[in-house]
Amino acid sequence: MAETPLPLEVRNLRKRFGDNEVLKGLSLQAHQGDVITLIGASGSGKSTFLRCMNLLEQPNEGELIVHGEPIRFKETRHGREPADWKQVERIRAKLSMVFQGFNLWAHMTLLENVIEAPIHVLKKPRKEAIEQGRALLDRVGLLERADYYPVQMSGGQQQRGAIARALAMDPEVMLFDEPTSALDPELVGDVLKVMRDLAKEGRTMIVVTHEMAFARDVSSQVIYLHQGLVEEAGPPGEVLNNPRSERLRQFLAPKH
Amino acid sequence: MEQLSAWFTNLLADNTIFNAQTLEYYAEGLATTVQLVFLSLVIGLVMAVPLAIARGSRRKWIKMPIFFYTYVFRGTPLLIQLYIIYYGVVFIDGIQDTWLWLILEEPFYPALIAFTLNTAAYTTEIFHGAIKATSKGEIEAARAYGMSRGLMMRRIILPSAFRRALPAYGNEVIFMLHASAIASVVTIMDLTGAARLVYARYYAPFDAFLFVALLYLCLTFAILYLFRYLEKRMLAHLKPQS
Repeated sequence: MAETPLPLEVRNLRKRFGDNEVLKGLSLQAHQGDVITLIGASGSGKSTFLRCMNLLEQPNEGELIVHGEPIRFKETRHGREPADWKQVERIRAKLSMVFQGFNLWAHMTLLENVIEAPIHVLKKPRKEAIEQGRALLDRVGLLERADYYPVQMSGGQQQRGAIARALAMDPEVMLFDEPTSALDPELVGDVLKVMRDLAKEGRTMIVVTHEMAFARDVSSQVIYLHQGLVEEAGPPGEVLNNPRSERLRQFLAPKH
Repeated sequence: MEQLSAWFTNLLADNTIFNAQTLEYYAEGLATTVQLVFLSLVIGLVMAVPLAIARGSRRKWIKMPIFFYTYVFRGTPLLIQLYIIYYGVVFIDGIQDTWLWLILEEPFYPALIAFTLNTAAYTTEIFHGAIKATSKGEIEAARAYGMSRGLMMRRIILPSAFRRALPAYGNEVIFMLHASAIASVVTIMDLTGAARLVYARYYAPFDAFLFVALLYLCLTFAILYLFRYLEKRMLAHLKPQS
Protein backbone atom coordinates (compact mmCIF):
# COMPACT_ATOMS: atom_id res chain seq x y z
CA MET A 1 0.00 0.00 0.00
CA ALA A 2 1.32 3.40 -0.91
CA GLU A 3 2.00 5.65 2.01
CA THR A 4 -0.22 8.70 2.12
CA PRO A 5 1.94 11.78 1.68
CA LEU A 6 2.54 14.06 4.66
CA PRO A 7 0.37 17.18 4.69
CA LEU A 8 3.47 19.31 5.09
CA GLU A 9 7.16 18.70 5.20
CA VAL A 10 9.94 21.27 5.51
CA ARG A 11 13.57 20.35 4.98
CA ASN A 12 16.54 22.37 6.03
CA LEU A 13 14.98 25.78 5.57
CA ARG A 14 17.18 28.85 5.70
CA LYS A 15 16.19 32.49 5.53
CA ARG A 16 18.33 35.60 5.48
CA PHE A 17 17.31 39.24 5.75
CA GLY A 18 20.34 40.93 4.24
CA ASP A 19 23.35 39.62 6.13
CA ASN A 20 21.26 38.52 9.07
CA GLU A 21 20.46 34.81 8.93
CA VAL A 22 17.27 34.36 10.92
CA LEU A 23 16.52 30.71 10.11
CA LYS A 24 19.56 28.46 10.11
CA GLY A 25 18.32 25.19 8.74
CA LEU A 26 14.95 24.18 10.13
CA SER A 27 13.05 21.00 9.35
CA LEU A 28 9.58 19.88 10.29
CA GLN A 29 7.23 17.03 9.47
CA ALA A 30 3.52 17.44 10.01
CA HIS A 31 1.55 14.21 9.95
CA GLN A 32 -2.19 14.11 9.48
CA GLY A 33 -3.79 15.37 12.69
CA ASP A 34 -0.60 16.75 14.20
CA VAL A 35 -0.70 19.93 16.24
CA ILE A 36 2.78 21.38 16.23
CA THR A 37 3.43 24.40 18.40
CA LEU A 38 6.38 26.65 17.78
CA ILE A 39 7.56 28.50 20.86
CA GLY A 40 10.49 30.75 21.56
CA ALA A 41 11.45 34.26 22.54
CA SER A 42 10.70 37.11 20.15
CA GLY A 43 13.37 37.19 17.48
CA SER A 44 13.82 33.42 17.61
CA GLY A 45 12.41 33.16 14.07
CA LYS A 46 9.22 31.28 14.85
CA SER A 47 6.90 33.63 12.97
CA THR A 48 9.29 33.88 10.04
CA PHE A 49 9.46 30.10 9.91
CA LEU A 50 5.67 29.89 9.75
CA ARG A 51 5.50 32.60 7.08
CA CYS A 52 8.04 30.75 4.97
CA MET A 53 5.74 27.72 4.93
CA ASN A 54 3.19 29.47 2.72
CA LEU A 55 5.81 31.63 1.06
CA LEU A 56 4.73 34.96 2.47
CA GLU A 57 8.48 35.09 3.04
CA GLN A 58 10.81 33.55 0.48
CA PRO A 59 13.21 31.05 2.02
CA ASN A 60 16.75 31.28 0.66
CA GLU A 61 17.38 27.55 0.95
CA GLY A 62 15.47 24.43 1.77
CA GLU A 63 12.58 22.37 0.51
CA LEU A 64 8.86 22.67 1.07
CA ILE A 65 6.67 19.70 0.27
CA VAL A 66 2.93 20.05 0.57
CA HIS A 67 0.91 16.86 0.36
CA GLY A 68 3.72 15.20 -1.54
CA GLU A 69 4.17 18.08 -3.97
CA PRO A 70 7.51 19.87 -3.74
CA ILE A 71 7.46 23.60 -4.45
CA ARG A 72 9.70 24.43 -7.38
CA PHE A 73 12.19 27.26 -7.09
CA LYS A 74 14.46 29.03 -9.53
CA GLU A 75 17.49 31.23 -9.09
CA THR A 76 17.10 34.83 -10.28
CA ARG A 77 19.18 37.95 -10.04
CA HIS A 78 17.33 38.85 -6.87
CA GLY A 79 17.90 35.45 -5.29
CA ARG A 80 15.75 32.38 -5.13
CA GLU A 81 12.11 32.68 -6.17
CA PRO A 82 9.30 30.23 -6.77
CA ALA A 83 9.49 28.99 -10.35
CA ASP A 84 5.75 28.94 -10.80
CA TRP A 85 3.52 31.42 -8.97
CA LYS A 86 0.42 29.52 -10.07
CA GLN A 87 1.73 26.56 -8.10
CA VAL A 88 2.36 28.79 -5.10
CA GLU A 89 -1.18 30.17 -5.26
CA ARG A 90 -2.61 26.66 -5.48
CA ILE A 91 -0.55 25.53 -2.52
CA ARG A 92 -1.31 28.58 -0.42
CA ALA A 93 -4.99 27.78 -0.82
CA LYS A 94 -4.30 24.48 0.95
CA LEU A 95 -2.49 26.10 3.88
CA SER A 96 -4.83 28.64 5.29
CA MET A 97 -3.38 31.09 7.73
CA VAL A 98 -4.76 32.82 10.81
CA PHE A 99 -2.91 36.05 11.62
CA GLN A 100 -2.06 37.84 14.80
CA GLY A 101 -3.86 40.95 13.55
CA PHE A 102 -6.87 38.98 12.16
CA ASN A 103 -6.54 40.68 8.76
CA LEU A 104 -10.18 40.30 7.84
CA TRP A 105 -11.04 42.27 4.71
CA ALA A 106 -12.53 45.43 6.16
CA HIS A 107 -14.90 46.30 3.32
CA MET A 108 -16.66 42.95 3.48
CA THR A 109 -19.09 41.59 6.03
CA LEU A 110 -18.03 38.60 8.07
CA LEU A 111 -19.89 36.15 5.83
CA GLU A 112 -18.44 37.78 2.71
CA ASN A 113 -14.99 37.36 4.23
CA VAL A 114 -15.62 33.68 4.78
CA ILE A 115 -16.96 32.93 1.29
CA GLU A 116 -14.56 35.17 -0.65
CA ALA A 117 -11.68 32.79 -1.26
CA PRO A 118 -13.81 29.63 -1.62
CA ILE A 119 -15.76 31.33 -4.43
CA HIS A 120 -12.95 33.16 -6.21
CA VAL A 121 -9.95 30.94 -5.53
CA LEU A 122 -11.48 27.48 -5.16
CA LYS A 123 -14.30 28.30 -7.65
CA LYS A 124 -16.98 26.90 -5.41
CA PRO A 125 -20.57 27.66 -6.41
CA ARG A 126 -21.79 30.68 -4.48
CA LYS A 127 -24.77 28.95 -2.94
CA GLU A 128 -22.68 26.11 -1.61
CA ALA A 129 -20.07 28.53 -0.24
CA ILE A 130 -22.71 30.53 1.60
CA GLU A 131 -24.21 27.39 3.10
CA GLN A 132 -20.80 26.20 4.25
CA GLY A 133 -19.86 29.69 5.44
CA ARG A 134 -22.95 29.98 7.61
CA ALA A 135 -22.33 26.54 9.08
CA LEU A 136 -18.76 27.53 9.95
CA LEU A 137 -19.86 30.81 11.50
CA ASP A 138 -22.36 28.88 13.55
CA ARG A 139 -19.58 26.62 14.65
CA VAL A 140 -17.40 29.44 15.92
CA GLY A 141 -20.46 31.00 17.56
CA LEU A 142 -20.81 33.97 15.22
CA LEU A 143 -23.80 33.17 13.03
CA GLU A 144 -25.73 36.18 14.27
CA ARG A 145 -22.75 38.39 13.29
CA ALA A 146 -22.69 37.18 9.68
CA ASP A 147 -23.69 40.58 8.29
CA TYR A 148 -21.47 42.67 10.54
CA TYR A 149 -18.34 44.38 9.29
CA PRO A 150 -15.07 43.51 11.05
CA VAL A 151 -14.86 46.94 12.68
CA GLN A 152 -18.18 46.28 14.39
CA MET A 153 -16.85 43.22 16.19
CA SER A 154 -14.52 42.65 19.13
CA GLY A 155 -11.02 41.29 18.56
CA GLY A 156 -12.02 37.86 19.78
CA GLN A 157 -14.97 37.75 17.42
CA GLN A 158 -12.81 38.90 14.53
CA GLN A 159 -10.28 36.19 15.26
CA ARG A 160 -12.94 33.49 15.47
CA GLY A 161 -14.30 34.85 12.20
CA ALA A 162 -10.82 34.62 10.73
CA ILE A 163 -10.66 30.98 11.84
CA ALA A 164 -13.98 30.34 10.08
CA ARG A 165 -12.49 31.96 6.97
CA ALA A 166 -9.50 29.64 7.23
CA LEU A 167 -11.71 26.58 7.68
CA ALA A 168 -13.77 27.48 4.63
CA MET A 169 -10.79 26.56 2.47
CA ASP A 170 -10.89 22.92 3.66
CA PRO A 171 -7.19 23.34 4.32
CA GLU A 172 -4.62 20.59 4.38
CA VAL A 173 -2.82 22.39 7.19
CA MET A 174 -3.83 25.44 9.23
CA LEU A 175 -1.12 27.91 10.13
CA PHE A 176 -1.69 30.08 13.21
CA ASP A 177 0.60 33.06 13.68
CA GLU A 178 0.25 34.12 17.34
CA PRO A 179 -3.53 34.11 17.05
CA THR A 180 -4.19 35.35 20.59
CA SER A 181 -1.35 37.82 21.07
CA ALA A 182 -3.37 40.86 19.97
CA LEU A 183 -6.39 40.03 22.11
CA ASP A 184 -7.53 41.39 25.43
CA PRO A 185 -6.96 38.69 28.10
CA GLU A 186 -10.67 38.04 28.60
CA LEU A 187 -11.14 37.29 24.89
CA VAL A 188 -8.29 34.80 24.57
CA GLY A 189 -10.30 31.93 26.03
CA ASP A 190 -12.97 31.84 23.30
CA VAL A 191 -10.38 31.72 20.55
CA LEU A 192 -8.36 29.01 22.27
CA LYS A 193 -11.51 26.97 22.80
CA VAL A 194 -12.22 27.00 19.07
CA MET A 195 -8.63 25.96 18.40
CA ARG A 196 -8.83 23.13 20.92
CA ASP A 197 -11.96 21.85 19.20
CA LEU A 198 -10.18 21.91 15.87
CA ALA A 199 -7.28 19.95 17.30
CA LYS A 200 -9.69 17.43 18.78
CA GLU A 201 -11.36 16.80 15.43
CA GLY A 202 -7.99 15.96 13.92
CA ARG A 203 -7.05 19.11 12.02
CA THR A 204 -3.40 19.40 11.15
CA MET A 205 -2.23 22.63 12.72
CA ILE A 206 1.00 24.52 13.13
CA VAL A 207 0.73 27.14 15.82
CA VAL A 208 3.10 29.90 16.82
CA THR A 209 2.04 30.85 20.30
CA HIS A 210 2.93 32.12 23.74
CA GLU A 211 0.08 30.19 25.36
CA MET A 212 1.97 27.48 27.21
CA ALA A 213 -1.17 25.86 28.59
CA PHE A 214 -2.47 25.43 25.06
CA ALA A 215 0.87 24.04 23.90
CA ARG A 216 0.93 21.60 26.81
CA ASP A 217 -2.65 20.35 26.46
CA VAL A 218 -3.16 20.27 22.76
CA SER A 219 0.05 19.78 20.84
CA SER A 220 1.45 16.54 19.61
CA GLN A 221 4.81 18.19 19.24
CA VAL A 222 6.46 21.28 20.67
CA ILE A 223 9.40 22.93 18.96
CA TYR A 224 11.44 25.45 20.88
CA LEU A 225 13.38 27.78 18.61
CA HIS A 226 16.34 29.86 19.62
CA GLN A 227 18.10 32.21 17.21
CA GLY A 228 16.89 30.39 14.15
CA LEU A 229 17.69 26.88 15.31
CA VAL A 230 15.68 24.12 16.96
CA GLU A 231 16.94 24.09 20.52
CA GLU A 232 14.58 21.41 21.71
CA ALA A 233 11.69 19.46 20.20
CA GLY A 234 9.43 16.63 21.20
CA PRO A 235 6.13 15.75 22.85
CA PRO A 236 4.88 18.51 25.16
CA GLY A 237 5.20 16.30 28.24
CA GLU A 238 8.94 16.03 27.73
CA VAL A 239 9.77 19.42 26.33
CA LEU A 240 7.63 21.53 28.63
CA ASN A 241 7.77 19.48 31.81
CA ASN A 242 11.38 18.32 31.69
CA PRO A 243 13.29 20.73 29.53
CA ARG A 244 16.85 19.63 28.95
CA SER A 245 18.25 22.93 27.83
CA GLU A 246 18.95 25.65 30.35
CA ARG A 247 17.62 28.28 27.96
CA LEU A 248 14.26 26.61 27.61
CA ARG A 249 14.06 26.21 31.37
CA GLN A 250 14.56 29.94 31.73
CA PHE A 251 12.07 30.66 28.94
CA LEU A 252 9.43 28.57 30.73
CA ALA A 253 10.17 29.92 34.19
CA PRO A 254 7.30 32.04 35.52
CA LYS A 255 7.94 35.71 34.99
CA HIS A 256 6.90 38.48 37.22
CA MET B 1 -47.17 86.23 4.72
CA GLU B 2 -49.48 88.08 2.39
CA GLN B 3 -47.06 90.92 2.31
CA LEU B 4 -44.32 88.58 1.38
CA SER B 5 -46.22 87.04 -1.50
CA ALA B 6 -47.28 90.45 -2.71
CA TRP B 7 -43.66 91.54 -2.65
CA PHE B 8 -42.66 88.46 -4.60
CA THR B 9 -45.35 88.90 -7.26
CA ASN B 10 -44.33 92.49 -7.56
CA LEU B 11 -40.75 91.53 -8.01
CA LEU B 12 -41.54 89.16 -10.84
CA ALA B 13 -43.96 91.58 -12.46
CA ASP B 14 -41.25 94.21 -12.80
CA ASN B 15 -38.69 91.86 -14.11
CA THR B 16 -37.81 92.13 -17.73
CA ILE B 17 -34.75 89.95 -17.55
CA PHE B 18 -36.12 86.53 -16.75
CA ASN B 19 -38.31 86.08 -19.78
CA ALA B 20 -38.80 83.03 -21.94
CA GLN B 21 -35.78 83.92 -24.07
CA THR B 22 -33.24 84.25 -21.27
CA LEU B 23 -34.57 81.26 -19.40
CA GLU B 24 -33.97 79.26 -22.52
CA TYR B 25 -30.35 80.46 -22.59
CA TYR B 26 -29.98 79.30 -19.03
CA ALA B 27 -31.63 75.98 -19.75
CA GLU B 28 -29.34 75.33 -22.70
CA GLY B 29 -26.36 76.45 -20.65
CA LEU B 30 -27.34 74.09 -17.89
CA ALA B 31 -27.58 71.21 -20.37
CA THR B 32 -24.17 72.02 -21.83
CA THR B 33 -22.51 72.32 -18.43
CA VAL B 34 -24.00 69.06 -17.20
CA GLN B 35 -23.02 67.29 -20.41
CA LEU B 36 -19.49 68.63 -20.38
CA VAL B 37 -18.87 67.89 -16.72
CA PHE B 38 -20.58 64.52 -16.73
CA LEU B 39 -18.76 63.27 -19.83
CA SER B 40 -15.34 64.47 -18.70
CA LEU B 41 -15.87 62.91 -15.26
CA VAL B 42 -16.96 59.57 -16.66
CA ILE B 43 -14.16 59.33 -19.22
CA GLY B 44 -11.66 60.68 -16.67
CA LEU B 45 -12.76 58.06 -14.15
CA VAL B 46 -12.40 55.24 -16.66
CA MET B 47 -8.91 56.48 -17.55
CA ALA B 48 -7.88 57.02 -13.95
CA VAL B 49 -8.41 53.46 -12.73
CA PRO B 50 -5.75 51.75 -14.88
CA LEU B 51 -3.49 54.81 -14.58
CA ALA B 52 -3.69 54.71 -10.79
CA ILE B 53 -2.83 51.00 -10.77
CA ALA B 54 0.09 51.52 -13.14
CA ARG B 55 1.18 54.60 -11.16
CA GLY B 56 1.92 52.25 -8.26
CA SER B 57 4.03 49.91 -10.39
CA ARG B 58 7.50 49.03 -9.23
CA ARG B 59 8.84 49.54 -12.75
CA LYS B 60 10.20 53.05 -13.29
CA TRP B 61 9.40 53.21 -16.99
CA ILE B 62 5.73 52.58 -16.23
CA LYS B 63 5.23 54.85 -13.24
CA MET B 64 7.42 57.79 -14.27
CA PRO B 65 5.47 58.80 -17.42
CA ILE B 66 2.23 58.65 -15.45
CA PHE B 67 3.68 60.72 -12.66
CA PHE B 68 4.90 63.20 -15.28
CA TYR B 69 1.41 63.38 -16.80
CA THR B 70 -0.35 63.96 -13.48
CA TYR B 71 2.32 66.42 -12.40
CA VAL B 72 1.93 68.52 -15.55
CA PHE B 73 -1.86 68.54 -15.49
CA ARG B 74 -2.07 69.26 -11.79
CA GLY B 75 0.77 71.77 -11.94
CA THR B 76 -0.66 74.07 -14.60
CA PRO B 77 -3.91 76.05 -14.68
CA LEU B 78 -6.82 74.38 -16.40
CA LEU B 79 -7.41 77.58 -18.38
CA ILE B 80 -3.93 77.32 -19.90
CA GLN B 81 -4.52 73.66 -20.76
CA LEU B 82 -7.77 74.65 -22.43
CA TYR B 83 -6.06 77.44 -24.41
CA ILE B 84 -3.31 75.12 -25.57
CA ILE B 85 -5.74 72.52 -26.80
CA TYR B 86 -8.33 74.91 -28.23
CA TYR B 87 -5.97 77.36 -29.94
CA GLY B 88 -3.08 74.99 -30.40
CA VAL B 89 -4.66 72.23 -32.45
CA VAL B 90 -5.16 74.55 -35.41
CA PHE B 91 -1.41 74.71 -35.81
CA ILE B 92 -0.92 70.97 -36.14
CA ASP B 93 0.06 70.44 -39.77
CA GLY B 94 -2.63 68.90 -41.88
CA ILE B 95 -5.12 68.44 -39.07
CA GLN B 96 -7.72 70.49 -40.90
CA ASP B 97 -7.78 67.91 -43.67
CA THR B 98 -8.54 64.98 -41.40
CA TRP B 99 -11.80 63.81 -39.85
CA LEU B 100 -10.43 64.92 -36.51
CA TRP B 101 -10.99 68.50 -37.52
CA LEU B 102 -14.72 67.94 -37.70
CA ILE B 103 -14.58 67.22 -33.98
CA LEU B 104 -11.96 69.76 -32.92
CA GLU B 105 -13.52 72.62 -34.82
CA GLU B 106 -16.37 72.71 -32.32
CA PRO B 107 -15.20 74.30 -29.08
CA PHE B 108 -17.08 71.67 -27.08
CA TYR B 109 -14.59 68.91 -27.89
CA PRO B 110 -11.34 70.72 -27.09
CA ALA B 111 -12.93 71.70 -23.79
CA LEU B 112 -14.04 68.12 -23.18
CA ILE B 113 -10.51 66.88 -23.89
CA ALA B 114 -8.91 69.45 -21.59
CA PHE B 115 -11.38 68.77 -18.77
CA THR B 116 -11.06 65.01 -19.15
CA LEU B 117 -7.26 65.04 -19.08
CA ASN B 118 -7.34 67.37 -16.10
CA THR B 119 -9.79 65.42 -13.99
CA ALA B 120 -8.14 62.11 -14.96
CA ALA B 121 -4.85 63.45 -13.59
CA TYR B 122 -6.39 64.45 -10.26
CA THR B 123 -8.44 61.27 -10.00
CA THR B 124 -5.38 59.14 -10.74
CA GLU B 125 -3.58 60.70 -7.80
CA ILE B 126 -6.61 60.32 -5.52
CA PHE B 127 -6.93 56.62 -6.38
CA HIS B 128 -3.20 56.06 -6.23
CA GLY B 129 -3.15 57.39 -2.70
CA ALA B 130 -6.13 55.25 -1.73
CA ILE B 131 -4.56 52.12 -3.24
CA LYS B 132 -1.31 52.78 -1.42
CA ALA B 133 -3.20 53.09 1.86
CA THR B 134 -4.62 49.55 1.61
CA SER B 135 -3.90 47.68 4.82
CA LYS B 136 -0.80 45.51 4.48
CA GLY B 137 -2.45 42.83 6.57
CA GLU B 138 -5.42 42.57 4.23
CA ILE B 139 -3.10 42.22 1.24
CA GLU B 140 -1.15 39.57 3.08
CA ALA B 141 -4.36 37.68 3.86
CA ALA B 142 -5.31 37.81 0.18
CA ARG B 143 -1.92 36.35 -0.78
CA ALA B 144 -2.11 33.72 1.94
CA TYR B 145 -5.48 32.57 0.60
CA GLY B 146 -4.06 31.91 -2.85
CA MET B 147 -5.24 34.99 -4.70
CA SER B 148 -3.35 35.99 -7.83
CA ARG B 149 -2.30 39.62 -8.25
CA GLY B 150 -5.17 40.34 -10.62
CA LEU B 151 -7.80 38.77 -8.40
CA MET B 152 -6.42 40.56 -5.36
CA MET B 153 -6.55 43.90 -7.21
CA ARG B 154 -10.12 43.27 -8.37
CA ARG B 155 -11.59 41.84 -5.18
CA ILE B 156 -9.61 43.36 -2.33
CA ILE B 157 -7.50 46.39 -3.23
CA LEU B 158 -9.76 48.30 -5.62
CA PRO B 159 -13.05 47.87 -3.75
CA SER B 160 -11.47 49.02 -0.53
CA ALA B 161 -9.54 51.84 -2.25
CA PHE B 162 -12.63 53.17 -4.05
CA ARG B 163 -14.47 53.42 -0.78
CA ARG B 164 -11.59 55.25 0.84
CA ALA B 165 -11.31 57.58 -2.14
CA LEU B 166 -15.00 58.50 -2.16
CA PRO B 167 -14.88 61.70 -0.06
CA ALA B 168 -11.86 63.06 -1.94
CA TYR B 169 -13.43 62.12 -5.26
CA GLY B 170 -16.63 63.93 -4.29
CA ASN B 171 -14.57 67.09 -3.86
CA GLU B 172 -13.00 66.54 -7.26
CA VAL B 173 -16.46 66.31 -8.85
CA ILE B 174 -17.52 69.61 -7.29
CA PHE B 175 -14.23 71.16 -8.29
CA MET B 176 -14.78 70.03 -11.89
CA LEU B 177 -18.27 71.50 -11.94
CA HIS B 178 -16.94 74.88 -10.89
CA ALA B 179 -13.89 74.71 -13.12
CA SER B 180 -16.19 74.07 -16.08
CA ALA B 181 -17.17 77.75 -15.90
CA ILE B 182 -14.03 78.57 -17.83
CA ALA B 183 -15.43 76.74 -20.85
CA SER B 184 -17.26 79.97 -21.56
CA VAL B 185 -14.00 81.71 -22.48
CA VAL B 186 -13.70 79.58 -25.59
CA THR B 187 -17.20 80.60 -26.68
CA ILE B 188 -19.03 77.61 -25.25
CA MET B 189 -22.55 78.50 -24.13
CA ASP B 190 -22.44 76.74 -20.80
CA LEU B 191 -24.13 78.10 -17.69
CA THR B 192 -21.55 80.81 -17.25
CA GLY B 193 -21.66 81.58 -20.97
CA ALA B 194 -25.43 82.01 -20.74
CA ALA B 195 -25.05 84.33 -17.75
CA ARG B 196 -22.51 86.43 -19.62
CA LEU B 197 -24.85 86.69 -22.56
CA VAL B 198 -27.73 87.80 -20.36
CA TYR B 199 -25.48 90.25 -18.59
CA ALA B 200 -24.27 91.73 -21.87
CA ARG B 201 -27.78 92.06 -23.21
CA TYR B 202 -29.42 93.66 -20.16
CA TYR B 203 -26.40 95.09 -18.37
CA ALA B 204 -27.71 93.54 -15.17
CA PRO B 205 -24.79 91.83 -13.44
CA PHE B 206 -26.54 90.92 -10.22
CA ASP B 207 -29.56 89.32 -11.83
CA ALA B 208 -27.52 87.49 -14.44
CA PHE B 209 -24.74 86.17 -12.23
CA LEU B 210 -26.58 85.67 -8.95
CA PHE B 211 -29.10 83.53 -10.77
CA VAL B 212 -26.38 81.41 -12.33
CA ALA B 213 -24.62 81.16 -8.98
CA LEU B 214 -27.85 79.81 -7.57
CA LEU B 215 -27.97 77.18 -10.30
CA TYR B 216 -24.39 76.12 -9.52
CA LEU B 217 -25.33 75.90 -5.87
CA CYS B 218 -28.25 73.62 -6.72
CA LEU B 219 -25.97 71.36 -8.79
CA THR B 220 -23.42 71.27 -5.98
CA PHE B 221 -26.14 70.40 -3.53
CA ALA B 222 -27.23 67.48 -5.71
CA ILE B 223 -23.64 66.23 -5.93
CA LEU B 224 -23.12 66.57 -2.19
CA TYR B 225 -26.32 64.70 -1.56
CA LEU B 226 -25.35 61.90 -3.96
CA PHE B 227 -21.95 61.46 -2.34
CA ARG B 228 -23.37 61.59 1.14
CA TYR B 229 -25.72 58.79 0.14
CA LEU B 230 -22.90 56.78 -1.41
CA GLU B 231 -20.68 57.27 1.60
CA LYS B 232 -23.42 56.21 3.95
CA ARG B 233 -23.91 53.01 1.99
CA MET B 234 -20.34 52.17 1.06
CA LEU B 235 -18.44 53.37 4.10
CA ALA B 236 -20.56 51.59 6.69
CA HIS B 237 -17.61 49.30 7.34
CA LEU B 238 -15.47 52.17 8.60
CA LYS B 239 -17.82 53.18 11.39
CA PRO B 240 -17.88 51.07 14.53
CA GLN B 241 -21.41 50.36 15.66
CA SER B 242 -22.11 51.85 19.03
